[in-house]
Amino acid sequence: MSLLRVEGLRKAYGDRLVLDDVALDIAAHDVVCLIGASGSGKSTLLRCLNLLEPVDDGSIWWDGAEITDPRIDPRAVRREIGMVFQAYNLFPHLTVLENCTLAQTLVHRVSKAAARDRARELLARFGLAAHADAHPDSLSGGQQQRVALVRALCTSPRLLLLDEITAALDPELVGEVLESVRAEAAAGMTMILATHEMAFAREVATTVCFLDGGRILEQGPPERIFGAPEQERTRQFLARVLG
Amino acid sequence: MTGPTATAAGWTPSERQLERQAVAARVRRRQRATAALITLVVFGGLALGAVSSPGWDRFADTFLDTGHMRAAFPEVRDAFWTNVKMFLIAEPLILLLGGLVAVTRSTVSPWLTPARILAVVYTDLFRGVPTILVVMVCAFGIPAMQLTGVTNSLFWLTLVALVLSYGAYVAEVIRAGIESVHPTQLASAQALALSRGQAMRHVVLPQALRRVVPPLMNDFVSLQKDTALISAVGVMEALRAASDYGNYNFDYSAYLVAAAFFLVVTVPLARLTDWLAARAARRERGR
Repeated sequence: MSLLRVEGLRKAYGDRLVLDDVALDIAAHDVVCLIGASGSGKSTLLRCLNLLEPVDDGSIWWDGAEITDPRIDPRAVRREIGMVFQAYNLFPHLTVLENCTLAQTLVHRVSKAAARDRARELLARFGLAAHADAHPDSLSGGQQQRVALVRALCTSPRLLLLDEITAALDPELVGEVLESVRAEAAAGMTMILATHEMAFAREVATTVCFLDGGRILEQGPPERIFGAPEQERTRQFLARVLG
Repeated sequence: MTGPTATAAGWTPSERQLERQAVAARVRRRQRATAALITLVVFGGLALGAVSSPGWDRFADTFLDTGHMRAAFPEVRDAFWTNVKMFLIAEPLILLLGGLVAVTRSTVSPWLTPARILAVVYTDLFRGVPTILVVMVCAFGIPAMQLTGVTNSLFWLTLVALVLSYGAYVAEVIRAGIESVHPTQLASAQALALSRGQAMRHVVLPQALRRVVPPLMNDFVSLQKDTALISAVGVMEALRAASDYGNYNFDYSAYLVAAAFFLVVTVPLARLTDWLAARAARRERGR
């Protein structure tokens, strides 16, 4: 039984076709890595999945129900799907702790005290306990991105969307963020991540999708995609990024 | 943070550094002397120019008479209380009205379409009309309508006029602030399943308001001065009291007393604003 299913997804910005006939099937505990050059549609695909972008055609089913139906309340879907952005997008006027409790109290109706406990527990697990009362801008990029991860995890989502979350980080800070993601994957979290970290994708992914020009050109287990890609485009891309 | 960290303790500046510090101190001293001298020359020159103008004696007689200033002081002070009351009551109302209009304009619900139209018409209308005209229309027009239950007090009628006029400016300032908050902030609030209203209230508006504090305070300082406009319809306030005194005694020193009262409230407010803005910025950067 799939948790998320995508069929014939199409999305264009003006004349530019960004997603073209994309199909995807994701079961619980899958870790799907989207790879491909910049502009291949990875981010747009993620943003379509939690309905931040309206789709032009095709459909998305979440937990057996079609969520591309205009009568559906996108909030009901987003309650269950967490998202982390490339540029962190933390709320600068709130402390780290407040960033992590906002959705819990407003959307999930958790009591303030319970929300704080949950946030502190997760912050501690990600090595951020000492920064709970700091404002995001006083933290390093790696710390901010881990806070963003905690913020997304606080509401216990059933699916996590990670949009190139290490792309804006210094190389030495990438490791600490990936370590946190690795821990979540090991704990059984279902994830879809757009990434340029090929070694990481190979290690944690259950499925790798290669996107090119808005289409999923090839998908399969990481051993096959990285070891024996069938498509010429995939081979070219991997040769370029793996050097 | 892990790894060895450098500490600032136990540092003895090098010979070269001491030399540099001495040179820097010398340069600083010279700059300070230059600043003092040029300031003295410029302001001294200006003062001299004013005092040696042909009509200076006459000006000093009618505007700088300390005797008249002292005599007018109690009247102007008592009347200035009206200005203070006016802007103290008006400012929160203006903020509320402006905020409401600004937020209304950024809603998307079809139910609120009439409210959105009203908000646009309101800002266009009241921003485009001279404030003194609004004051006159409210002071004379509203009582003329003979509505039951509506006050005839000129104080309250002119207060409504100022709130309406300044509410339009403040609405535009706040709207500019709302639009300056990066769309990714709204996107991440929505990704957390916040409703548009919740995102506005908890994410966008707090950041927007913080950004518009300086221009907002600018409008409030302007309002504090514009409370003098209500004298045009006969409300007794500082300017009116000063002008009454001047007309009765053929001396305008009372005007300068009124000016001083306005400065006493507007200047500290400006400094307070700068301080608040700096403190908020410091806090967010965590230093």
